[in-house]
Amino acid sequence: MTETPFSVIGRRLPRLDAVDQTTGRIRYADDLTLPGMLVGRQLASTHAHALITSIDTSRAEALEGVRAVLTGADLPITYGILPISQDENVFAVDRVRYVGEPVAGVAAVDRETAERALDLIDVQYEPLDEVVTLDQAFDDDRPLIHGEGFGKNVHRSAALEFGDVEEGFASADHIREDIFSFGGTTHAALETHAALASYGTDGRLTLRSSTQIPHYLHRALEKVLEMPPERIRVIATPVGGGFGGKTDPFSHEIAAAKLSMVTGQPVKITLTREEVFYTHRGRHPVLMWLKTGFRSDGRITALHFTTFLDGGAYGSYGIATLYYTGALQTSTYRIPNYRFEGVRVFTNKPPCGAKRGNGTPQPRFALECHLDKAAHDLGIDPVAIRLRNVVKPFSMTVNHLRITSCALTECIERVIEASGFSGKYGQLPEGRGVGFAIGAYMSGAGLPIYWNDMPQSEVEVTVDDSGHVTVRSMATDIGQGSTSMLGGIVAECLGLEPDDLTMVTADTDLTPIDLGSYSSRVTFMAGNAALEAGVRVRSRVVAAVADELGVNPGDLVARGGRIELADEPGSGTTWSEAVRCTVAATGRPLIESGSYRPPELAGPYRGSGVGISPAYSYSACVVEIDCDRDTGMVKVEQVWLAHDVGKALNPMLVEGQIEGGVYMGLSEALFEEHAFRGGLHRGPSLLDYKMPTTLEMPPVECIIVESDDPEGPFGAKEVGQGPLLPVIPAVANAIHDALGVRIDETPFTPDKIVAGLVDLSRGGTGRVGPKAVPDFKFPPLTRVEPPEGFDAR
Amino acid sequence: MTERAVTIPINGEGRQLLIPENRTLLEVLREDLEMTGTKHGCDLGECGACTVLLDGLPVLSCLVLAREVDGRSVTTVEGLAGDAGPDELQTAFAELGAAQCGYCTPGMLLSARALLDENPAPTTGEVREALAGNLCRCTGYVKIIDAVRLAASRSPE
Ligand code: FES
Ligand code: FES
Repeated sequence: MTETPFSVIGRRLPRLDAVDQTTGRIRYADDLTLPGMLVGRQLASTHAHALITSIDTSRAEALEGVRAVLTGADLPITYGILPISQDENVFAVDRVRYVGEPVAGVAAVDRETAERALDLIDVQYEPLDEVVTLDQAFDDDRPLIHGEGFGKNVHRSAALEFGDVEEGFASADHIREDIFSFGGTTHAALETHAALASYGTDGRLTLRSSTQIPHYLHRALEKVLEMPPERIRVIATPVGGGFGGKTDPFSHEIAAAKLSMVTGQPVKITLTREEVFYTHRGRHPVLMWLKTGFRSDGRITALHFTTFLDGGAYGSYGIATLYYTGALQTSTYRIPNYRFEGVRVFTNKPPCGAKRGNGTPQPRFALECHLDKAAHDLGIDPVAIRLRNVVKPFSMTVNHLRITSCALTECIERVIEASGFSGKYGQLPEGRGVGFAIGAYMSGAGLPIYWNDMPQSEVEVTVDDSGHVTVRSMATDIGQGSTSMLGGIVAECLGLEPDDLTMVTADTDLTPIDLGSYSSRVTFMAGNAALEAGVRVRSRVVAAVADELGVNPGDLVARGGRIELADEPGSGTTWSEAVRCTVAATGRPLIESGSYRPPELAGPYRGSGVGISPAYSYSACVVEIDCDRDTGMVKVEQVWLAHDVGKALNPMLVEGQIEGGVYMGLSEALFEEHAFRGGLHRGPSLLDYKMPTTLEMPPVECIIVESDDPEGPFGAKEVGQGPLLPVIPAVANAIHDALGVRIDETPFTPDKIVAGLVDLSRGGTGRVGPKAVPDFKFPPLTRVEPPEGFDAR
Repeated sequence: MTERAVTIPINGEGRQLLIPENRTLLEVLREDLEMTGTKHGCDLGECGACTVLLDGLPVLSCLVLAREVDGRSVTTVEGLAGDAGPDELQTAFAELGAAQCGYCTPGMLLSARALLDENPAPTTGEVREALAGNLCRCTGYVKIIDAVRLAASRSPE
């Protein structure tokens, strides 16, 4: 092992909750009960689009054991995760917009009674025309899903141009256009959502929920329940898988709260698996058209990228997702002239939102397959075309993203080397193939979801007189290990072991702000706050001990549970002595805090808040597959993934995120399909919604690349979302290498591969995928000057 | 609903219960006995999160009626550790980071325990076979498979 200056950072340490996890002691939201607790259930809409002409709850209310029944009229205030799309109600008001939308809620003494009560609620509907497909959404004669009358169901559109795309195309030697389609997928976290509310006699509400965003949930409760925020406490329980699926405030959370307020008893609502499929907020289906100009050596001269997003029935994260489908193309490749046009429509399906990579895996799939095709056109190696275009570290992109540390080239080189790509590509026997792709992701969104100029993360460190350390942060552990990450950083600062610390997290009463576990922000942002707090505690202790010992503070270190002279292990004093000495010397408790606010990064245009981040992670991936010509079945043999994580604070947890990202990428590439027949979900169950088991999951070789980010805590960047991105196009490219077919539409199911082979055998191109995009008139382009000093050559 | 008296030895301790005919073993464990270590992800036999051992063999407790297990022994995650300390599987899962969100972990541990009881030195392929009914959304199974192999290598015999 190489010597490191760190004692905790860089070690393969188990999670702090590993023993609780492996003994069944960890308590998820649905594991909790309170005395007198009632069971809440929600009635789901049976129509995709209909007016509610009447709701009669009297029979339900009369049922013995039923304590409360609520409908839309009881909670008329709208909410939503983004301030600009507050379009949801806890229970549908006057109209339902998708099958499964909550229409009413009950609280009863037990589940059987609650379910019987739902059956007794009489809802009368007047069906409206459904809007299910993109084409229907652009049809002028369909009813508006939001609003009255008929017309196109456009939620939001955007049109931006950076530099001069036409000029870029004019200077190109080769121009290529392609169309791709990314199918919708959902998170399917193994834990179904659950929320337990209790409204006390003191007029305070406590909500324990499997949420990734206790702070934003707190705000939604405040708004919809019209309660002062200081009377609401939200506790995020350990989350049994999130992936973005628990980053919206949800109907069942607010409903549980209201039911508890009405009944005066605790109320728990746990969604069934079927309800989770309707709650959704998963990956947007996106249809994409793109056109790129290349010089003959492969250098990109201009890119025009167009996206059509099927958003489902409500806004959710959709406006952000729309901009994300155009934001990060430039984060990997130096694109001198760039035009993005995108539109998100409403349809009568469960709302789409944020899933791992929110809005970026779809364009990444398109771009990486498109580049592979362009490399073929130009007779260039697919690796070389990427290397020729990679962004430079510490540069600005044409759309005003600030790139800092970037080891993309090293990621590419190492993954190519480890996988033996160059000796395999185009050379494996028929049916076997390798594919390559890259990606990048943000280390946290540069701006909070609602405008404010407070820090995005704060951490408090409290040390009691015995020297025991408590760390407080609202950061929410969704399995990624954020609590262990924070403990590791503070322990490193103080020369302690992480399991010496008590961690208090994700509780709006007890912990200072962290905006939540989304956009891969926690390591960078809460990590920096923890580092600052830890350093402040250490500085105070070191100063006091230096005074006491009459030495220079600069000569002391916190190490191995002591404050000692750097070059004299065992000298100085124990940590607990040092703490007592500090408190005595300063006469005030040893409590310090730290915070993190990203630098101001937004560019000079509307929409520039999306895509900016204090740092970007980079990945490169090679996938090797074996595909059966007759059945079209793809077997993934191995995946190699190199990820520039800045610094691996805990390599074991980093690998876990890479492996999980690879798994989810493969799953979306080959299996997952959040598909509908009309407005009806095709199979809202874990049996119908296909995902890989142990039998389909190949070995994964993780290659951790460390670029030591100058602003990240100990140099760290994100790892939770980035590694998924290149996997999907790498599979598509491998299928092409294996069989010569191009499947330009996810998932790459056997039927599509066989269709491609049939087309090939009939003299076609072997391409399967969408052939046209809707004829939609985007708004006039907003033209944005590239950043100052941007080198367009 | 008629009720029935059953005695179920759970983790070596006989529990006497009066249960409705349609109550599942999962409901008895989680709701009646408040043994919430056993998880549920679907309640329909699709995910494996509710796996427990019945007479040493893995079953999906959401599909088993409690009345059917009268007198048969049930092992849950709470009963995996013995007097000598944690099961090798528990140690290996914690050590290798085989649990991320941890929600699939109890079911995984029990499926793996059943495998190692029958086959103390499984190949990777055999581990994959044995865990194929347990879904995990976080780990890609990589470290889970490694942990089972590590535990097997450390087990006596
Ligand atoms: S709860 Fe999913 S199989 Fe039993
Ligand atoms: S660790 Fe989260 S489902 Fe397996």
